[in-house]
Amino acid sequence: MMQWLKDLMASAVQPAHAPALEMAGGACGEGCGCGSAVAAEREADLEPPVAQRRPARLSGHDRVRAEPGETLAKQLALVIDLNVCVGCHACVTSCKQWNTSGSAGPLADQKPYGADPTGTFFNRVQTYEAGAFPGTETIHFPKSCLHCQDPPCVPVCPTGASYKRKEDGIVLVDYDKCIGCKYCAWACPYGARELDEERQVMTKCTLCVDRIYDEKLPKEDRKPACVKACPTGARLFGDVKDPESEVSKVIRERGGYSLMPEWETNPANQYLPRRVTDEAGGATRIQAKLGGMS
Amino acid sequence: MNPAFSVVVFTTVAGAAQGLVVTLALAALAGMPLAPGFLGLSLTVAEAMLLIGLGASFAHLGRPERAWRAVLMWRTSWLSREVIVLPTFMAVVALWWLAVRSGIHAPWLPLAAIAVAALLWYCTAMIYACLRFIQEWAQPLTLVNFALIGLSSGLVLASAMAALRGETALLLVSGPCAFAVTLAAWCTRTLSLRRNASLVPRSTLQTATGIRAPKLVQKSMGMSAGSFNTREFFHGASRAVLKQVKLGFLVLCFALPALLLLWGMAAQSTLAFVLALLVQVPGLVAERWFFFAQARHPQNLYYQVVS
Repeated sequence: MMQWLKDLMASAVQPAHAPALEMAGGACGEGCGCGSAVAAEREADLEPPVAQRRPARLSGHDRVRAEPGETLAKQLALVIDLNVCVGCHACVTSCKQWNTSGSAGPLADQKPYGADPTGTFFNRVQTYEAGAFPGTETIHFPKSCLHCQDPPCVPVCPTGASYKRKEDGIVLVDYDKCIGCKYCAWACPYGARELDEERQVMTKCTLCVDRIYDEKLPKEDRKPACVKACPTGARLFGDVKDPESEVSKVIRERGGYSLMPEWETNPANQYLPRRVTDEAGGATRIQAKLGGMS
Repeated sequence: MNPAFSVVVFTTVAGAAQGLVVTLALAALAGMPLAPGFLGLSLTVAEAMLLIGLGASFAHLGRPERAWRAVLMWRTSWLSREVIVLPTFMAVVALWWLAVRSGIHAPWLPLAAIAVAALLWYCTAMIYACLRFIQEWAQPLTLVNFALIGLSSGLVLASAMAALRGETALLLVSGPCAFAVTLAAWCTRTLSLRRNASLVPRSTLQTATGIRAPKLVQKSMGMSAGSFNTREFFHGASRAVLKQVKLGFLVLCFALPALLLLWGMAAQSTLAFVLALLVQVPGLVAERWFFFAQARHPQNLYYQVVS
């Protein structure tokens, strides 16, 4: 239904997007051609020269969106190890660098050198202090889209620009369909989405979907930019539906937990709790997780 | 939440237009002797208000040129449903206006207008009431308040116009109805205020981070200046301002208009009905501003300390 409308619109906007793709092709070097979240979505509508750049893996079934409540066979996610995050913000800057340079267009900054700089980021590292002085603990807390398995942001989108991929469970925004109504951001309890003030469309973490499937990259580089950048290995990436994957194992063995389990969004990203050393050489205890959810 | 002026204007103006149309439709269905000129004028006013509302809703969008896409996801999105129902309502009102103008008797048009107006209130309120983690909104009273406040403002508007144009038959019914509905809306809005005052947020900093320490404070939100998250979800007004706006809308939206309506009915005073309308307009805006400002989004837990 409404396919004719989509086709009509696709043909109408096509000329405007072609230069953006060309530019991205030049900027990305050999890492390009992967097609971003957005580019991949619209590639089927484009003429062969552009379509040829996409990797074979992305063709066709990336258009398939998961229905609400559907159980997926594969769910890519990040596991954040709070025990080793040192709060260096390398994941923030590498995320910004990768995602501002891709074919989906820049993540705009406003007044970057002014007194009140602001800009679009997919990933932030926050810092919390637990306990009372002198027994305090500093906890660095990276925060990005959790790629919920029941994402509340997706069904509220009036245009269908927000969707969850059936193929790997990544929650994406099609920037070409977003009308910038901000309703999805209201519907996300985690504040994971940020409106790009320049493009006036909603943006969010793509799990570097334009990188993890890029067969032109060496295999060890097919990971989200934040994971590659982390100097302490606090960010793990993999399929949480595969019980034998690294991420599933650490979630099981180290008590991985979800954020805000009370809203039953079933986040795919999990956090590993701090292991607190009681005394030198003594036993360590794992900080109890909250809410009994894993 | 930071109240968006466009959404405040849209929900209040469209709500009042719906109330006006429902009032006129009920009067027409009850066989009230309305001058065709008055009915046509009132429907024009309603349609103009709906156009203003539509314009305001477009102003809310970052990419208004793609607004047509918003009709696509009606299966899952209340916003999409509203986007379909609003133009439908405008079309029904326009058709009715045409029928009145050309002297065609079509009782199904006011009936359809009532049904679509009710549907539009439902869709508009569900946009907010369906967000389960915004606890101030996720309650049936949100639906009741959107409908009753819209109806109250529509009845006050209809009464003021009837008083100005000498439509005594309509005024004799719409005046008492406006008074009763305004009191009812006052009651239900007060109920929702009382409920919201006793709400315990289900999300805490502990559930938001999973760090189970009883004493847990944020030291840095991860940036030195603001972001979309700090602009969109914080209204920046002090508690004192919030309290005054609450008092202000209770007086301006409900108490004063009710008193003025009483005066108008008792003294047959056109001035009182017009004053009731003029007093209620800022009250409606304040009420809707407060509705948004009062909502505490759980994401705010992550954005407490700049540094």
